[in-house]
Amino acid sequence: MWFIRINMTDQTYKVEEAPAEYKYLAGRGLTSTLVAKEVPPLAHPLGPNNKVVFSPGFVTGTSAPTSARVSVGGKSPLTGGIKEANAGSPWAPMLADMRVKALIVEGQPKEKDKFWGVYVTWDADAGKPKVEFFDATPYTGQNLYDVYPKVYEKFGEKVAIAGCGVAGEYGYANAGVVFDDMAKRPSRYAGRGGLGSVLGSKRLKFIVLNAKGAPGVEIADKALFEEGRKKMIDALRTHDITKPKGGLNTYGTAVLINILNEAGGLPTRNFSSGRFEGAPKIAGEAIFEGNKARLGKELFNHACSPGCIIQCSNTWHNEDGTEKTSCIEYESDWALGANCGIDDLDAVGEMVQLCNAYGLDTIETGVTIGVAMEAGVIPFGDAKGAINLIHEMGKGTPIGRILGSGTGAAGKVLGVTRVPAVKGQGMPAYEPRAVKGIGITYATSTMGADHTAGYTIAPEILGVMGKQDPLSPEGKAALSRAFQATTAFIDSSGHCLFIAFAILDIASGYQGMIDEVNGVLGTNWTADDILKFGSEVLKTERAFNEAAGIPKEADRVPEFMKLEPLPPHNQTFDVPDAALDSVYGEL
Amino acid sequence: MKVRVKLFASLGSFSPQGGLPGTPFELELPLGATLHDLMQHLQLPVEQIKVCFVNSRIQPPEYVLNEGDDVGIFPPVGGGSHV
Repeated sequence: MWFIRINMTDQTYKVEEAPAEYKYLAGRGLTSTLVAKEVPPLAHPLGPNNKVVFSPGFVTGTSAPTSARVSVGGKSPLTGGIKEANAGSPWAPMLADMRVKALIVEGQPKEKDKFWGVYVTWDADAGKPKVEFFDATPYTGQNLYDVYPKVYEKFGEKVAIAGCGVAGEYGYANAGVVFDDMAKRPSRYAGRGGLGSVLGSKRLKFIVLNAKGAPGVEIADKALFEEGRKKMIDALRTHDITKPKGGLNTYGTAVLINILNEAGGLPTRNFSSGRFEGAPKIAGEAIFEGNKARLGKELFNHACSPGCIIQCSNTWHNEDGTEKTSCIEYESDWALGANCGIDDLDAVGEMVQLCNAYGLDTIETGVTIGVAMEAGVIPFGDAKGAINLIHEMGKGTPIGRILGSGTGAAGKVLGVTRVPAVKGQGMPAYEPRAVKGIGITYATSTMGADHTAGYTIAPEILGVMGKQDPLSPEGKAALSRAFQATTAFIDSSGHCLFIAFAILDIASGYQGMIDEVNGVLGTNWTADDILKFGSEVLKTERAFNEAAGIPKEADRVPEFMKLEPLPPHNQTFDVPDAALDSVYGEL
Repeated sequence: MKVRVKLFASLGSFSPQGGLPGTPFELELPLGATLHDLMQHLQLPVEQIKVCFVNSRIQPPEYVLNEGDDVGIFPPVGGGSHV
């Protein structure tokens, strides 16, 4: 297994044997450990001492289903703390096939006007990966949908591309790291936390992979791995949410719009209500029915990355049947729709496409626009105005740069008190006042407000892994803690987090995940070991944040959520601070 | 008594009114009717029902409805075979 270190100060690289101490780490576990060890906590996120670490999960690149994920880590320009964001993409298994455990981008060139790309291939003679640098300046300042085909033209159809858009070049705190999907769209993002601008600050525009001739992932115990893989496939194919033509495959993740709205937990018009009257018009059902009307046939969703059997990635089509965008995820749909008071799917689709084109995180973009609407920059519901603001971000105008700095920073500049952010990161699509457990996750996660860090929505709303009253704070700190630790392992496994729907309900699926990982590594980890692993990852991240100057007092939701009752339940966020502190206090 | 009903995702096809899944319609039920009675009245496939909301709160099938209640019924987040 290899570490590739790419030094952007002088455009050199090293391929070294992965040190033995990292043998049992991958994905988020590895990115967070390396960032904590190698990045000074007080480093400026856009300065020479920050690093960007890419790591595929334990089973990424194998035949394990729905496992083509790669973690990206660094110090976040958005939160000032540690960050891990992950994405599913053909890029991930290519890195794993070359047996690269971590690709680490370091340093910073003195020259600011020149951007670089790296081309990573398998050197069959040397039996290890090699790296070539190329001038990527001609690819800067442009829409990624225009640039990606040129990169494919240069390197051939068999490559995969990661990088940043203009948002990363400008240094926006809401710039994501872009990856290609199965149809070569620049549409799969490790979106949150601004790591795209850390790449941009190092003047690294693209990392192009070509795994031709690479040996593939080594599996220590093939029989055990196979056994685990079969259990996982059975669980995913059986569970109502993840099975073929089930909820996710039919309606996409936007199937959640209606259920959260019904629960009174769909943040609307900058978190001023939990109900959006236009919800049915932007929901996953409307996407499915709208495509059917426009295409004259039913369209089920597709895989975002190789080997996915859930296949929840959708496309949205124009009236003439041409493609408008892919993918309208639940979070994007909500952020740019309900949260801005916009109920027009064509407008939402256009905004998703623009975020992908400019390299923006859709969640942070929508939440920031919601705050701008609150400030009166444009009115709620103004779709044209919102589209225009995204163009301003793409052009790098003064208002565009303010909004590109993210929810917390833009809220300060615009003098808004209702700023839905924790540790500077905009809140995702679940209202803490209506779903208390997810509020605890937002408040305490090492990542800032992040729903994926501990998805308590499963038992609180979806009836997965039991049922819990969403309005009650009782027992929710322990629930969030358990979800956060389990998630830190899933984020290290290489699996998409959506496997959780199936494996939390189907015990053999959970064991399947453990068997797969033990099969790859030759370990004998148990369910307890998995939790311990996750807890250690969280402790490492937490220690980095404390050293970076983020105290436990930052583990709070914004004050307005304690003061303003949210319709329709008319509840405030009533989780005691002591309960919030216990999440990590008792880890 | 009258209640307001919304059927979501694959259950949308059982709406007497049609339209996008989740489009509300009014339903006349006898006093004292439960959520389960409502499901039977609409001939919903009970085995496909995962979560029911009444006035934004999750309620069990035996929940007794009241005049003006707002009911939302879901399969497993849109699960169940659509076709």
